[in-house]
Amino acid sequence: MGFKHEVFEKNSILLTVGILLAVILGGMVEIVPLFYLGSTIEKVEGVRPYTPLELAGRNIYIREGCYLCHSQMIRPLRDEVERYGPYSLAAESKYDHPFQWGSKRTGPDLARVGGKYSDAWHKEHLINPRGIVPESVMPGYPFLATTPLKESNIAANDMSAHLKVNSWVGVPYTDDMIKMAVADMNAQAGDPDSDEAEALKSRYGEKVKVRNFDGNPEVTELDALIAYLQVLGTMVDFSLYKDKAPVEWQR
Amino acid sequence: MGTNKLDEVTGTETTGHEWDGIAELNTPLPRWWVLTFWATFIWSIGYWIVYPAFPLMNSYTKGLGNYTERAVVEEDLSKLNAMRAESAKKLMGASLEDIKNNTELLNFARAMATPAFGDNCAPCHGTGASGSKGFPNLNDDDWLWGGTLEDIHQTIKVGVRDKHEDTRVNDMPAFGKDEVLEPKQITDVAGYVLSLSGGKVDGADVEAGKTLFAENCASCHGEDAKGMTEMGAPNLTDNIWLYGGDAKTVLATINGSRKGIMPTWEGRLDPATIKALAVYVHTLGGGK
Repeated sequence: MGFKHEVFEKNSILLTVGILLAVILGGMVEIVPLFYLGSTIEKVEGVRPYTPLELAGRNIYIREGCYLCHSQMIRPLRDEVERYGPYSLAAESKYDHPFQWGSKRTGPDLARVGGKYSDAWHKEHLINPRGIVPESVMPGYPFLATTPLKESNIAANDMSAHLKVNSWVGVPYTDDMIKMAVADMNAQAGDPDSDEAEALKSRYGEKVKVRNFDGNPEVTELDALIAYLQVLGTMVDFSLYKDKAPVEWQR
Repeated sequence: MGTNKLDEVTGTETTGHEWDGIAELNTPLPRWWVLTFWATFIWSIGYWIVYPAFPLMNSYTKGLGNYTERAVVEEDLSKLNAMRAESAKKLMGASLEDIKNNTELLNFARAMATPAFGDNCAPCHGTGASGSKGFPNLNDDDWLWGGTLEDIHQTIKVGVRDKHEDTRVNDMPAFGKDEVLEPKQITDVAGYVLSLSGGKVDGADVEAGKTLFAENCASCHGEDAKGMTEMGAPNLTDNIWLYGGDAKTVLATINGSRKGIMPTWEGRLDPATIKALAVYVHTLGGGK
């Protein structure tokens, strides 16, 4: 009766080779095109690599497991767009390694939380969530406010190394950015009018938010995390893309 | 197959595996299952034709349906907006007072404002609008910047100490930090202020505090310390406190001042939603 599946079932070598071929073929069709098709990542203005302070905040976000309860992807569904704002673009997480899309929402999606609340709100809320939102089940992170970034296990003085590793996987950090990482990290949580802040902006763009995020003169983990939260979803100016967005982004 | 012997009872082939005289049957899959299996393959062909499917060199097959999730959500949103626009037009055409007095408009405004409040206001003012330290309670009739419909509407629109050019702003001096008053004087003023609502501060000379209050505080908080909503100066006699009414907190407030921020909502929320929110907040209980 011609070909029988029994041939595979009774010959482990043949089965292994068969599986390998199936996976290779599937990979060629489903994965490889993502690397060369232009439409995989939309062409939008404004997305830049994270500054060292934001990257340190992102490291803290991952260290504390924020992703276990918070997603960072607004799906293209009416209710999501209504609540969180424009749906997420692939371009917006192209410098995330790894991306923080997630699918578990014990807390709200954070893809566009940047600019939604004040720094003071974030500070109070991260230290004691129930002080502001009584029904919240989020744990408090008061130690972030008292851990200086220079003693932190995720940023410390090796921020250059964090940038470098990211540059290996395709984030366009320049040699200058890598070299000045620690200085830039501290500058962003300091005086907005300082020379160091100017240097930071010359490297990462004028839109970088430079200020004392946690209101405490020392640069702490809380500064880094708030800086990260405040930049989420704010890099692309969606008013530029209104109306023509869906069509444009198919190309 | 065909190499293994048949089971005598069922007439089905066996796999050739046998344990203590019990042979394993090689029963074929039911016909309905096999047919369904092949039907899914045939279904997939239709799927390839209608929906986006295969990658090409520079693009991918878009499918006859030209389906994209993004186009669908845009359409959903424009339908929703068209639906809302009609009622929103009614809201925009009516005065705040009219909305409050017209049951239909009021219901619509409240329905529109409830989720908007939950998403945008509740994080600070609380889901029940009861506020918390630094964030005013909106259920009571104590208003920093006024509790009329117009006042509330304006506050939501321009925010407090935020980006809007007409934003509500006042500037209470940091009496201690900026060395306007001596530490002893601050204690005295705090003692006087707390005495108005039945509290006290240890070691305070209330009479001296009263004089200092008239000189330094009355211009905004009023001679009678009942506050002035035009300046956003709170009533200090009612035992309602934004940052806390214990001696320590009041001392800290006079010493370092407080500069709470409320965002400007004009531009972030559409005008109809802001109007709906103003009416909603007004009807929470304390509107004037």
